[in-house]
Amino acid sequence: MSLKEKLVSSFLAFELDTDTNSKVHEIRSKSIKDFEKIGFPHSKDEYWKYTPIRKVLNEELTIFKKKRHLLKFDKVKDFFLGGIESYKIVFIDGMYDPLWSSTTHEGADICILSSVLENKKYGNVISKYYNKLINDKESFSLLNSSFTKEGAFIHVPKNVELEKPVEIVHINSGGESSLMLQPRSLVILEKNSKAQIIESHYSLNVNEKIYSDKHSTCVDPLTNTVTEIHVNENAKLDYYKIQNDLETTSIIDSTYIDQKSNSEASCHTFSFGGNLVRNNLNFFQNGKNINSILKGITIIGSDQHIDHHTLVHHANPNCESHQDYKGIYNDKSTGVFNGRVLVEKVAQKINAFQQNNNLIIGDNATVNSKPQLEIFADDVKCSHGCTIGQIDENALFYLKTRGINDNDAKGLLTYAFANSVLENVGMQVLKTKIKKIIARKIGVNIGLEL
Amino acid sequence: MAYTEEELKKELENQEYQYGFTTDIESETFPVGLNEDIVRSISKKKNEPEWMTEWRLEAYSAWKNMEEPNWHNVNYKKPDFQKISYYSAPKTKNNLKSLDEVDPELIKTFNKLGISTEEQKKLSGVAVDIVMDSVSVATTFRETLAEKGIIFCSISEAIKDYPELVKKYIGKVIPRKDNYYAALNSAVFSDGSFCYIPKGVRCPMELSTYFRINQAGTGQFERTLVIADEGSYVSYLEGCTAPSRDENQLHAAVVELIAMDNAEIKYSTVQNWYPGNKQGKGGVFNFVTKRGLCNRNAKISWTQVETGSAVTWKYPSCILRGDNSVGEFYSIAVTNNYQQADTGTKMIHIGKNTKSTIISKGISAGKSQNSYRGLVQVGKRASNARNFSQCDSLLMGNKCGAHTFPYIEVKNKSAQIEHEATTSKIGEDQLFYCNQRGIDTEKAIALIVNGFSKEVLNKLPMEFAVEAQKLLEISLEGSVG
Repeated sequence: MSLKEKLVSSFLAFELDTDTNSKVHEIRSKSIKDFEKIGFPHSKDEYWKYTPIRKVLNEELTIFKKKRHLLKFDKVKDFFLGGIESYKIVFIDGMYDPLWSSTTHEGADICILSSVLENKKYGNVISKYYNKLINDKESFSLLNSSFTKEGAFIHVPKNVELEKPVEIVHINSGGESSLMLQPRSLVILEKNSKAQIIESHYSLNVNEKIYSDKHSTCVDPLTNTVTEIHVNENAKLDYYKIQNDLETTSIIDSTYIDQKSNSEASCHTFSFGGNLVRNNLNFFQNGKNINSILKGITIIGSDQHIDHHTLVHHANPNCESHQDYKGIYNDKSTGVFNGRVLVEKVAQKINAFQQNNNLIIGDNATVNSKPQLEIFADDVKCSHGCTIGQIDENALFYLKTRGINDNDAKGLLTYAFANSVLENVGMQVLKTKIKKIIARKIGVNIGLEL
Repeated sequence: MAYTEEELKKELENQEYQYGFTTDIESETFPVGLNEDIVRSISKKKNEPEWMTEWRLEAYSAWKNMEEPNWHNVNYKKPDFQKISYYSAPKTKNNLKSLDEVDPELIKTFNKLGISTEEQKKLSGVAVDIVMDSVSVATTFRETLAEKGIIFCSISEAIKDYPELVKKYIGKVIPRKDNYYAALNSAVFSDGSFCYIPKGVRCPMELSTYFRINQAGTGQFERTLVIADEGSYVSYLEGCTAPSRDENQLHAAVVELIAMDNAEIKYSTVQNWYPGNKQGKGGVFNFVTKRGLCNRNAKISWTQVETGSAVTWKYPSCILRGDNSVGEFYSIAVTNNYQQADTGTKMIHIGKNTKSTIISKGISAGKSQNSYRGLVQVGKRASNARNFSQCDSLLMGNKCGAHTFPYIEVKNKSAQIEHEATTSKIGEDQLFYCNQRGIDTEKAIALIVNGFSKEVLNKLPMEFAVEAQKLLEISLEGSVG
């Protein structure tokens, strides 16, 4: 049985455990039907051309987990930000874990999607915002909509500024093999509100016992996550994604952000880990004077594959978008950047900027970059730049003449190359944490007390 | 290169497609449709040797099993390949010795086109091979070139006279199965130009081919093969026009360039096929495959000015196989009214220390769509590859579109790739500045567009540069306001 057939038939068993008389379930049923029609993408699909997705679509994958795994705090403590207070929504193997979480319903709703989907009180919010942005031609988003059950739900009401950041942490306990998770999150910022959200995915080493058990064929887990974000008038959202997972796990992350007039949304993606990571980041601008910021740092090695597909849809005048993606590729790793800026006829006075810089360090590393502009309006300023290259020999020489050895000098320059993306990160604790990860990844001692 | 205001004014008044006349020449046209017999008849008509007939038939059988590609960013009604006549030739006497023997009607046509062959002979020193409908009708300066050992003739003559050269190189850079239209061309190509520059020879004059579709309901499928042997140099020009007709005409050419070690080929095109009328009716479908192969230290440079055709779809490419080889691509693509262009280049870096430069300027006006689509590929062994790409688009009015689809694929860590693209409109301040100095808006735009395209215009040979500059203005006429 192929994975597609298996998933489609799993739906029947999945249904038994859900409320089938709800609107949400109608969406599920429709989505699985659509998914059945489309199936998984093929390497001949332009949109998936550079992503060897078939290698992670193993037919052993399953959406059902066997049992609940409890984790000790010392195993997971590094997964949290630490140092500041925050709201936390923690999932272990796709299941909400109240032990490490800290949610609220006071002032704002920061809780889990499952408790909201079937609660009449939230009926209006769900029918207004849920599943409104999803691309219904995209297999993985459809698949996620079919199996939507759990995820984070954040609703910030009018004129509220969240004083603490929200951490959404997905942990793979390692106690389950072959698990295909389908987390689904919904974030709503009402008018004039403000929030900072950090989403991260971590896995613990797979329990040796599972691999040694000859009766079970065990494959690396795959997470297929979808996040819908609505940023209403005058609201401001900073969203951070930390992908620093084991090199065995794979993620397909689809994020859809809808912005209304005068809003500002930024999304920083830090990709350091994972076997195959595919990011589909979509911004839709539905209003005037909107600012969208997309930034990313990718540092990978061995035979990792990281893929950034971005879309900024300018449908209205007087808006801006800024994209800046930096990648550092070692060993046999592969990096993909496909940025698409679409400017509609009516969207005059747009300022869209897109930049992708790549540093290839590994002898067998590959970079495929495709910065696309599709422009139908004339009074716009759109530009993109893309470079692929090495460390500047002159800069290296300069540092060496000052007595810095070759390794350190290279490290410093690489660190500086990546660091510029961090400029806009307002949260100091997070900035420090990312800087540390970068320094460790590059193997440079930056000599700062971070 | 500037010309006077009066000239410009005259040009601008003449805003309709000025090459839209037909020539009343008796021509011999094959019945419409395509099958194996037609392919055989074309081959027979041209007295081709057996191997060529077989070569065509193989291409035809490959084409039958191929599907028309769909990935481009243009919309058009797919041509019905059974409604095209695949061979149309002006009825001329065989074996022309000199231009005097050419049909006087034909000579008139050339004069109208501004190719005064007589005059050219004396003054400009350009050797021209003229392809009308499907057949090469006149090749000038042949003897002068022959003294240097340069072969410049129609490809059908080359097949007869230099079979070993043709056999060795035809289809080498663009295999018959390369793509749908290349396969079609390989099966039915009727004529084209052939050029061979021997070792160490620097071609003393510009070589030129002029294409014209005259007969209604015909497709033009010409094939050009340019071989520059070791250490040689050639500059090659190509120009195209077609009469104004309501139906869409198909032009599917194949151009293959081979630059041996240390050779250099410069290939310039001014494409001005009939673009259709203002309502987007008619016009030529220009689906061309152009590719060059560079051996060691060789250089191939493509320069194109695309102002015509209803739909343009072409990617002149360079395969940088030899070490230290250089590929260049300079392009201006102008679209107006309902024209669509999806054009760009491919730079395939295979050898070591290879370099490529891409400069593409897209100008869209009216309701047209203009796309740049390019590929820069650096293979695993292509160490120290260097590429610089720049794609600028200029939009006039808010009904047109400008798109950029650059593909960059790098597998070698020593590669240095830069790509930048911008899209903008003509600045109000720029126009104001010109107006203020007494230059009216129409002329100011011509001035600004010329400045915008200068980097590419400068790469054109002198004769073409002036023509191209005028073409730019004519194509954009009426697009402001």
